[in-house]
Amino acid sequence: MSATAERVQTVDLASTPLRELNQRLHDQAGLDEPERHWRVLNPSGAHALACGVDAPIEIDIMGHAGYYCAGMNKQATITVHGNAGVGLAENIMSGVVRVTGSTSQAAGATARGGLIVVEGDASARCGISLKGGDIVVHGSVGHMSAFMAQTGRMVVLGDAGDALGDSIYEARIYVRGSVKGLGADCVEKELRDEHRQELAELLAAAGADGADPGDFRRYGSARNLYTFHIDNAGSY
Amino acid sequence: MTVSAGLRESALYDRNMIHEIQRAAREGIYDIRGFGAKRRLPHFDDLLFLGASVSRYPLEGYRERCDTNVTLGTRFARKPLELKIPVTIAGMSFGALSAPAKEALGRGASAAGTSTTTGDGGMTPEERGHSDILVYQLLPSRYGMNPDDLRRADAIEVVVGQGAKPGGGGMLLGHKISDRVAEMRSLPKGIDQRSACRHPDWTGPDDLEIKIGELREITDWEKPIFVKVGATRTYYDVQLAVKAGADVIVLDGMQGGTAATQEVFIEHVGIPTLPAVVLAVKALEELGMHRKVQLIVSGGIRTGADVAKALALGADAVSIGVAALIALGDNSPDLAEEYAKIGSAPGFYDDWQAGLDPAGISTQDAELAERFDPIVGGRRLANYLSVLTLETQTLARACGKSHVHNLEPEDLVALTIEASAMTGLPLAGCDFAFTPESFAAAMAAASAPAGTE
Repeated sequence: MSATAERVQTVDLASTPLRELNQRLHDQAGLDEPERHWRVLNPSGAHALACGVDAPIEIDIMGHAGYYCAGMNKQATITVHGNAGVGLAENIMSGVVRVTGSTSQAAGATARGGLIVVEGDASARCGISLKGGDIVVHGSVGHMSAFMAQTGRMVVLGDAGDALGDSIYEARIYVRGSVKGLGADCVEKELRDEHRQELAELLAAAGADGADPGDFRRYGSARNLYTFHIDNAGSY
Repeated sequence: MTVSAGLRESALYDRNMIHEIQRAAREGIYDIRGFGAKRRLPHFDDLLFLGASVSRYPLEGYRERCDTNVTLGTRFARKPLELKIPVTIAGMSFGALSAPAKEALGRGASAAGTSTTTGDGGMTPEERGHSDILVYQLLPSRYGMNPDDLRRADAIEVVVGQGAKPGGGGMLLGHKISDRVAEMRSLPKGIDQRSACRHPDWTGPDDLEIKIGELREITDWEKPIFVKVGATRTYYDVQLAVKAGADVIVLDGMQGGTAATQEVFIEHVGIPTLPAVVLAVKALEELGMHRKVQLIVSGGIRTGADVAKALALGADAVSIGVAALIALGDNSPDLAEEYAKIGSAPGFYDDWQAGLDPAGISTQDAELAERFDPIVGGRRLANYLSVLTLETQTLARACGKSHVHNLEPEDLVALTIEASAMTGLPLAGCDFAFTPESFAAAMAAASAPAGTE
């Protein structure tokens, strides 16, 4: 059954408080038959939109979102039809969060699972402290992206700013365009078949299957800073 | 070691300093240790209670009521915390501490009717299961952070900093990154882990307000939100945290403990707890938020006297970390031989970063942790909390107070000029406080033309 044929819960934030929207979304958790489709009108850059959702539902936000949209999301598929502010889908656990426009700083910060798709650009610190989630940015990412990224994957179809992957742990970064500079302990690594394979899967999931995985470069940790050594003091 | 007459030790280069320079030259890395500041600092010991007198009457020590309960989170939260005593257990991580030690903290706190707090490593089932009231920390590292634990918590503490290292992130050295710790923190096993010192998704007080808003939304406005700061620019930090929407301020003075931090950080950054409390209360009073936003003070709370003095200066509760670990069994003389094997001794052991703790508290070594009995440890902590409470009541009754929160600055005097200057309390035996305002008033009076008074 198509989404349009199903019942859609429409919430107009011009007349409904944010608290009421989020409470109704939270109330779907654990229901055998949650309301599957939600449409949020007039978000007007509100903060904390659809954060803390824990249900297999679809939420379409029809306009721009403020800080922490879809924060700590579990299961839900949330689409922002516009731009999103700081901390998009921070600490997401599962589900999919998609932004048709661009997003501000710290998109996907500490993401632990799920997939974040930014169809435009992402600003500084995209994927900061990544902890297992996946991020695909169709455009470019700003400086300090994937800073201290622990695990998970970040794919950038455009360019990356300065200090990419600074102090990175075991996360994997793929960039198709240019990289202005690599951060401490981040190095380019060989792109092997298994990486092309996972890249193809991520690109397909993010609606970018036209991109050729072979055009990307892979970056990760040199693992030189994992244990303090006096000879590396200049890198700390 | 016996020192012969005529051999003069330098005050500037004493034996500890010479040892540290030699160690630094040998190892090429700064000294990392646990515990808190060890230098002499102005503290609650520099204050005295006046007690009852002709003009004040006391309460009977064992008969008349002196209540100790405290409610935290009355500003915005739908479910404030109700504690039986004004002493809470500070945030200490699983990782820094063993799982049985965390369990014991929960057991002891619950027996005493108070709260305990997670740390920079997430929430363990042992801790949640044995803690009636559990505060869940949101730290810059966000290790283990997830919305389920957020909702399982009774309150949320946004950690901006801690007294032992304001401006510094956590540190957990490789030998304490066990399989379980590594999994909880999403890190490779055995690495030297450096926690972030800044939050990844907010910067500054305006962002903090929005972040707190998100946490409230995720938890449907049920949980009190604490903001913890290390004592530095305390007056401004407290005002900004209140403006950002905090229900409770947790203020950690520079004597506050740590499991692992550079010695230079512990001893040289931040301000002592004593002046910090005064600055925090001043900030709250000026906003008209004193007692509306509750204040928890930590950093060197050891006795009921410390508790009572912190409350008299305006805190709503205190928090203990180092003292709680000592109560569990840290630095026990029973372990003298084992401490000697690792180059330490009871009363001196501070290598909590090393993971070799013979008490089984600050370790992830399964064999060492196995030695620690969480039931016995919990009992000891409960006893200690009970003593702190009884001592606090003793002092409050002596000052004629039927609730420990009725203690007030007027019940105190300062024992030193510096304590007087820091607190605004009069020096014992005179009615003069060594504050800029007092000096200005004295100067004005001295320079006034004769006969104008």
